[in-house]
Amino acid sequence: MDLRRKLSILADAAKYDASCASSGTTRRDSLSGRGIGSTEGAICHSYAPDGRCISLLKILLTNACAFDCLYCVNRSSSNVPRARFTVAEVVDLTLDFYRRNYIEGLFLSSGIIRSPDYTMEQVVAVARTLRTEHAFRGYIHLKTIPDASPELLAEAGLYADRLSINIELPSETSLKTLAPEKDVRAIRRSMGRMRARIEEAQAEKRAPAFAPAGQSTQMIVGADGMDDRTILATSANLYGAYRLKRVYYSAFSPIPDASRLLPPEPPPLVREHRLYQADWLMRFYGFEPKEIVAEGEGNLALHMDPKLAWALRNRARFPLDVNRAEKGELLRVPGFGRTAVERIIAARRVRAVRLEDLTRLKVPLAKAMPFIVCADHRPGALLDRTDLEVRLAPKPRQLELAL
Amino acid sequence: MIHVRLECETDFAGWRQAARRLIGGGIAPRDVMWSVGGAADLFGAGAPLPDDTPAAQFTVPRGFLRLAETAFLHRDRERFGLLYRLLARLRAEPGLLSIAMDSDVARVEGMAKSVRRDIHKMRAFVRFRQVEVAGAEWFVAWFEPEHHILEANAPFFQRRFAGMKWSILTPEASAHWDGETLTFGPGGTRAEAPADDAMETLWRDYYASIFNPARLKISAMKSEMPVKYWRNLPEAALIAPLIADAERRAGEMIAHAATPANPRPHRLEKAALDAEQADGLEALRAQALGCRACPLWAPATQTVFGEGPTDAPVMFVGEQPGDQEDLDGRPFVGPAGRLFDQALQDAGLERARAYVTNAVKHFKFEPRGKRRLHQSPNPVEIRACNTWLAREIALVRPRLVVALGASAAQAVSGRAVRVGESRGRIMPLEGRDALVSVHPSYLLRLPDAEARAREYDRFVADLRLAAPYLAG
Ligand code: SF4
Repeated sequence: MDLRRKLSILADAAKYDASCASSGTTRRDSLSGRGIGSTEGAICHSYAPDGRCISLLKILLTNACAFDCLYCVNRSSSNVPRARFTVAEVVDLTLDFYRRNYIEGLFLSSGIIRSPDYTMEQVVAVARTLRTEHAFRGYIHLKTIPDASPELLAEAGLYADRLSINIELPSETSLKTLAPEKDVRAIRRSMGRMRARIEEAQAEKRAPAFAPAGQSTQMIVGADGMDDRTILATSANLYGAYRLKRVYYSAFSPIPDASRLLPPEPPPLVREHRLYQADWLMRFYGFEPKEIVAEGEGNLALHMDPKLAWALRNRARFPLDVNRAEKGELLRVPGFGRTAVERIIAARRVRAVRLEDLTRLKVPLAKAMPFIVCADHRPGALLDRTDLEVRLAPKPRQLELAL
Repeated sequence: MIHVRLECETDFAGWRQAARRLIGGGIAPRDVMWSVGGAADLFGAGAPLPDDTPAAQFTVPRGFLRLAETAFLHRDRERFGLLYRLLARLRAEPGLLSIAMDSDVARVEGMAKSVRRDIHKMRAFVRFRQVEVAGAEWFVAWFEPEHHILEANAPFFQRRFAGMKWSILTPEASAHWDGETLTFGPGGTRAEAPADDAMETLWRDYYASIFNPARLKISAMKSEMPVKYWRNLPEAALIAPLIADAERRAGEMIAHAATPANPRPHRLEKAALDAEQADGLEALRAQALGCRACPLWAPATQTVFGEGPTDAPVMFVGEQPGDQEDLDGRPFVGPAGRLFDQALQDAGLERARAYVTNAVKHFKFEPRGKRRLHQSPNPVEIRACNTWLAREIALVRPRLVVALGASAAQAVSGRAVRVGESRGRIMPLEGRDALVSVHPSYLLRLPDAEARAREYDRFVADLRLAAPYLAG
C-alpha cells in the first residue's frame, strides 16, 4: 500500500479524537544542537472546516484492533479498510511535515494489535527514534495503551510531552455495554501510575522530565444514555484523582460502518460545547460540578451557556457592584471573562468603572446588565422579570452549510 | 508644527529618541507631525526639531515600553503620534495604563493585540517549500504579513528551524538563515518563491482525512484562519470542495448507519485467570478487586487490599487507603504510611513480618479542583467492607490484631470503641488478642510540634506491645 493511501486511512481513523493541544510543556528550541524544533506557544497551523484546529500530525500507527468497542470505527468487527505504518514512516512524515511548518509535532495513537505491550512498544519506538536519532524538539503526545507494562509507560514519559489514555465513556456500565473488552480499572490504574510518575519527576529537580505537559483524556458524549451531571461528576473525579490537564469531550459522531447499538443521529455538537463551557467553569471560575447542572435536572440547558443559566437560577446573589465585589463573585457574572474581571479590578483602583467602560472591554452588555450595578447603572426590576430568560437566551441559529 | 522623520517603519529607537526630546522641548502631541523615510517634505509643513532641544530624562511605568514596542509594528501611520500622546499623558497620569478602557490606552492595546495576533498567525501559516541552492536543501516561504513584523518574528523561526537553511520572503522585506546567521534583505514577490513542494500532496491528503464531515463549523474555522491567509496555504484549495461534499457524506453515514459485523474479527487471546489456582488469600484478593458492595468503589482507582505474609503473627488494620495508596494499590505507602514505618522501626518491629491492611478497602474522598479531600467512611461502608477484613483475619489467623484508629477498632470489634480509653492494653477478642491505638494520620494532623512528639512516643509505646508476638 502506498504512503498516501496509508496516511488517508490512518488520519481518517484518528479524526474522532478531540484532543489537539500542544501546550503546557517545557520550553525547548534547537538553537544549540543539531536537531530541529521548538515548543514556544501552542500553534494551530491550520483549521479544518469542522472548526477544529490542526496543530499536530494526528494519526494512528495502525487501525487494526483486537478490541470490539462499538462506538469505534476501528473495532475488530468493522469492515473499514485497514492499514499499518512502519515506525520509520511515521518518523519521516513527522519530520517532513515539521520542516515545512505544517505542524507542531506528533499525536500518535494506535489500535491494539497482538498485545498491549507489543502495541505500546511500537508507539514508544516512534517517539524514541524521533528524540534520540533525530534530536526532534517538537511536541509529542502519545496515547498510552491501557495496562501496558509500567516500564513501557516510564519510557514513553521520557519522550512524550503529554500522555493520555481515553476514559471513553462516563460510566462503567456504559463502557461494559459498548466496550466489553475495555477495563475501566485498568484505565484508572494507568492514569494513577502516570500521575505518580509526573509528580515524582516534578518533585525531584534533577530527575528526567516525565510528560511535562501532563496527561489528558477523552470522553465520548451521546453514544450512551449518560446525562451531563454524570459526565461532569466523572470529570471532576478525574481532575481530582489524576490531576488531568484536560478532559476532552467528543460528541459521538456517526461513523461509517456503525454498529446497530448506536444512535444513528447527527452528533450533539451543542451539548459538547456546553460541556466544554461547564468544564471551564469548574477549572477556572471556581464552580462546583454540582451547582452547574440545575437541581433536579440531569442535563445542561442547550439554549444558553451554563454560567447564564446558573445566574438566572441564583438571582438572589445579584446584582453585584462592579466597583466593590470580590474577584470570585465577579467571575460569576454572565458575560464577564477572566481578562475583563482582571481589568475591571485594576481600573477601579484608579477610578470608578462605568457602563461604557464595560463596552470598551468588549463585555456583552445585554447579558451582564441585569446582574450588575456600576457607577451609572442599576438593574432595577430587570433582574426580577419573569421573562428575563427569554430576553437573554440567544435565538436559535441556522445550521451552517455554506461558505 | 514640528516634523519628525523616522528612518523606517520599525525605527522604534528613533521614535524613542525623538519622543524624549519632544518632551524635553515641551512640545504638545498635537503640534507634532510624524513621517517615515524620504528626503522630500511631502506636505511642506513643519520644521525639524531644533538641534539644541535636550532629551528629557524620566521613567515610564512598567509595561509601557513593551506595549509601545509591540504597537509600533502596527501598519497604522497614526501610531507614532498616538504613542507620543500616550507617553505625554502618562507623565501626568501615572496610573493611566491600568485603565484599560481609556480610549488612548484601548487603541494602543488594540494595536498591540493585532500585532501579536499577526505574529502568531505568521508562525502558524508560513509554509516552507524545499528547493536546492548550490547543491544544498533550502526551505523558502512566501508570506504576506499585515503589519511590520518580519524582523521581530524571525528569531522565532531561527530557534525552531535552527538545523535547516531557510528564507522567508515578504513584500516588504526578507529574512534568511544559513544555519549560522540571520540576515535581512529587501522585499520580494511571490514569483520568487517556489510554487510547490513534494510534501504538499501528502499534506492535503492529511488535511482532507482529518476533517470530520459530520461536524461542519465554518465560522469557527474562518475566525481562526481568516480568509486573507488562505491564498498562501496549500490546503486551503480543499476547503470549498470539502464543505460541498460534507453534507452528502454525513447523510450517507447516518443513512447506512448499521452494517453487519465482520464475520472474522481478530480478538485478543484472553489470559486465563489464575486466581483459582492461587491459595485462599490470593483468590480473596482477586475477588476484592471487583467488589461493588458499597458505592466507594466507583470513584476510586482500585481496591487496596492487604499485604504481608499469609501466616503473619500480627495484623495491622488501618482505616482506609488515602490518595497515594489509591494510586499505588498498596496499603500504608503515603505520608501516614511512612510515619507508620518509622514508628515500627522505633518500636523495634519489622513491617515485612506483619500483615498490613485497612478496614475499608477503597479511598473515600470529595473532589475539590485538583485535590481529593479525604472523608471518613460511614458505618454502612465499614460494615459492607467487613466481609473482606473478616475473611482476611480468618485466613491469616494472626495471634494479635492491632487496630489503628476508631474506625479500625470498630471494624475489628464490631462495636464503637473509644481509642483514648482502650489504647495501650492487650485485650482478648474472639480467641486471639487485640490492641487498639491511634491512626498515624492523627499524628500528622496535630498542629504543634510538642504534642506531636509526645503523641508519637505514646504511639511507639503502644506498638511495642506487639513485639513479643512478632518475635516468636
Ligand atoms: S469499600 Fe469495601 S465494601 Fe465498599 S466497594 Fe470497596 S471493597 Fe467493597
